Amino acid sequence: MNFLAQALIYLAAAVICVPIAKRLGLGSVLGYLLAGMLIGPYVLGFIGKEGQDIMHFAEFGVVMMLFIIGLELEPSQFWKMRKSIVGMGSIQLVFTSLFIFIIMMIVGLTWQVALAIALSFAMSSTAIVLQTIKEKGLTLTASGQASFSVLLFQDIMVIPILAILPLIAVNGLTESRHIESSLLGNLPGWMQGISFFAAVALIIFGGRYLFVPILRVVARTRLRELFTASSLLLVVSVALLMQAIGLSPALGTFLAGVVLASSEYRHELESDLDPFKGLLLGLFFIGVGASINFELIASRTLLIMGLVAAVMITKFLILLATGKIFKVASDQNLLFAFALSQVGEFAFVLLSFSNQLDIINPEWMDIMMAVTAITMTITPLLLLLNERVIDPRFGVKEISEPGRKDDKEIGEHHPVIIAGFGHFGSTIGRFLRANGVEATILDHDSDRVSLLRKMGFRVYYGDATRLDLLQAAGADNAKILIAAIDSPEVNQELISTARKNFPDLHIMARAKSRMDAYELIDMGLSDIYRESLHTSVKLAVDVLGKLGQRSYTATRQGQKFLKYDEDALKEMAEHRHDMQKYVLKARETFKLQEELLAKDLALNTGESDHSWDSETIRETLRKK
Amino acid sequence: MANKILILFAHPRFERSASNILMVRQLQDVPGVTFHDLYERYPDFNIDIEAEKVLLEEHNIIIWHHPFYWYSAPPLLKQWIDLVLEFEWAYGPGGNALEGKTIFNCITVGGPRAAYSRDGYNRFSLLELLTPFNQTAYLCRMTWFPPFAMHGTHRISEDEKLQNADQYRLLLERLVKGEFSAEEILKYEYLNDWLDNIKTKITV
Repeated sequence: MNFLAQALIYLAAAVICVPIAKRLGLGSVLGYLLAGMLIGPYVLGFIGKEGQDIMHFAEFGVVMMLFIIGLELEPSQFWKMRKSIVGMGSIQLVFTSLFIFIIMMIVGLTWQVALAIALSFAMSSTAIVLQTIKEKGLTLTASGQASFSVLLFQDIMVIPILAILPLIAVNGLTESRHIESSLLGNLPGWMQGISFFAAVALIIFGGRYLFVPILRVVARTRLRELFTASSLLLVVSVALLMQAIGLSPALGTFLAGVVLASSEYRHELESDLDPFKGLLLGLFFIGVGASINFELIASRTLLIMGLVAAVMITKFLILLATGKIFKVASDQNLLFAFALSQVGEFAFVLLSFSNQLDIINPEWMDIMMAVTAITMTITPLLLLLNERVIDPRFGVKEISEPGRKDDKEIGEHHPVIIAGFGHFGSTIGRFLRANGVEATILDHDSDRVSLLRKMGFRVYYGDATRLDLLQAAGADNAKILIAAIDSPEVNQELISTARKNFPDLHIMARAKSRMDAYELIDMGLSDIYRESLHTSVKLAVDVLGKLGQRSYTATRQGQKFLKYDEDALKEMAEHRHDMQKYVLKARETFKLQEELLAKDLALNTGESDHSWDSETIRETLRKK
Repeated sequence: MANKILILFAHPRFERSASNILMVRQLQDVPGVTFHDLYERYPDFNIDIEAEKVLLEEHNIIIWHHPFYWYSAPPLLKQWIDLVLEFEWAYGPGGNALEGKTIFNCITVGGPRAAYSRDGYNRFSLLELLTPFNQTAYLCRMTWFPPFAMHGTHRISEDEKLQNADQYRLLLERLVKGEFSAEEILKYEYLNDWLDNIKTKITV
């Protein structure tokens, strides 16, 4: 089949399946996987065994994804996460390997095979998890950060695992099957160590002092495609360098990303590479879907399904325990454990490597590959199950339970709904509260929802773009909806849902950038606020105006609030470091937010305002 | 001939001023009157000069309606005067955009009328204290009428406030219909006195 025909099949499968999956609420990952199964050798048979090759090629998407993640992480932030990366990562990896090793021994494999499989299966799928977390906008939550820590640690550990596997090979390394995995494979250990540090140093200094100046020159040519080419060149060369010295390309590009995070080209690099990353990841998932061997599964159903269940349950329980040790709250922990319970793409690499080393025979390799692919396919379904069935029952409730003393009467609706209580939405909520306007809040971070409920806010937990949640929050009776969700895409989705279903609801929206604002204007919105502290207060001031407050009085309240907030910031900055150190940054953020909200309760901007108030003079004179 | 009246209303805490709430409620449906709420329109003091000029051009009787704070107007009205009455437009060479229009102050005053006299604690008459407005109008080649004022807002009763609001409405209706003579009005110290005089004339 020629290249164009192949491209046609892959693209058509993706374009047809992914939107359907998204519409059904299954997420894009599952859409790609289904597309892969559909065009794979066992259903429509458009592609045969080359699915595997496609997968190796498409793994480059994971490499790009880590580069982009690196770009979003400043070096100082990365440094702060070191404890959770090493701590959570090592607990997860060691115990998962141990238990899966025991299971494999029970299945009746030799210890070498069991160990190779255990190490492979300890890995989770960076591609699936990070894609899902990003899609759901959970990057900054505790579960997002915990997932990221564990995944990054796994990526790092691939290197030593690749080094260990040859040592347990039954036959040792036979000449004919020697894997030339790296240029430096034959060098003594200390040389390898030196070359490792040299490569890392090269990435750090080369990135800052070589690549950034090159980008400046390229940027001056004003050829956009040249800039894209440079970005690709960087990622490819770092990946190759890493491969050459036997390190994980993903890890190398991640490092390069972190180095470039503080450069002025961060956003351009991100937006240039993002489509490539997305396409390659999609292709990768299609490859996984196509590689699922349904014949094998049909003949060994019991064994394979038993292994899938055993592996996922083991991984799930250990992740849950890891989260517990690191004090991740129960909802977040459930999500974290479900998200990482699959076997990841590195297992494909490690399993075929073990096969080449003669540790594992082709039959078992195929079985284990099938197990891996099935666990990857099940993950999006498990997450869906968690979101719709398990979490609502055991975790933070979508709506706080009636009868609790901190809860307002059920059925009572506030005139204002705030969707998204991040740094923008929270300022609005705090200001409105200080001015006696209660707002209903929608947020999808369970930690934040618990905190806000504790502080007496009326909060609905879940995805604000869901029609039933909007209805439950009283969108039918509310006057104003403030769309303040961090992700512009989700925010726009919310706006179009709200406009379609609640035509009387007045929408005021947060815009992240100028481009974002243009799009909101195209949607026909007039109340658009380009984000910052001041515009969030401006939005809240305008809400007071729309609710009937005189606009000059509201403006003065806004000015007072800004001053108060500035003072509070300085005060809290001084004693922030006295607080208990939290392993996850998200937890520290919430601790600070809780203090701030408690502080706000003492703030009453209305009552002390006697400026130009003739009624006060009247009352005083009357008393005399 | 029908006149068109523009009320430039400036009150920083309108919601807490019972007298002004009554007055503004009374004038809402008077035909020929445009009520322009400066503090509501420009809470950030960023006055749209061009829009203000258009409004001025469309009307021939202008009222500065404001509380009489510290013998003057609230800051936004002063801002309005500073920004809108431009050189070479409102005054100076070629500055005759407002020529022939009529302007006056409608004010609410805390102290009683008696306090605004040589012997009162305010030492000057209201007319004297309004001299800067009078002169501003003069420089813009406008006719400045004596003020329509409600005294003693700190102490008067609800009934008196209602009466005052009715009288304000009566004044506006008369001005719109053109039922007045400028020379006659200029003889009075307060527009209120002129109105009272007409009423007594009619009853006589």
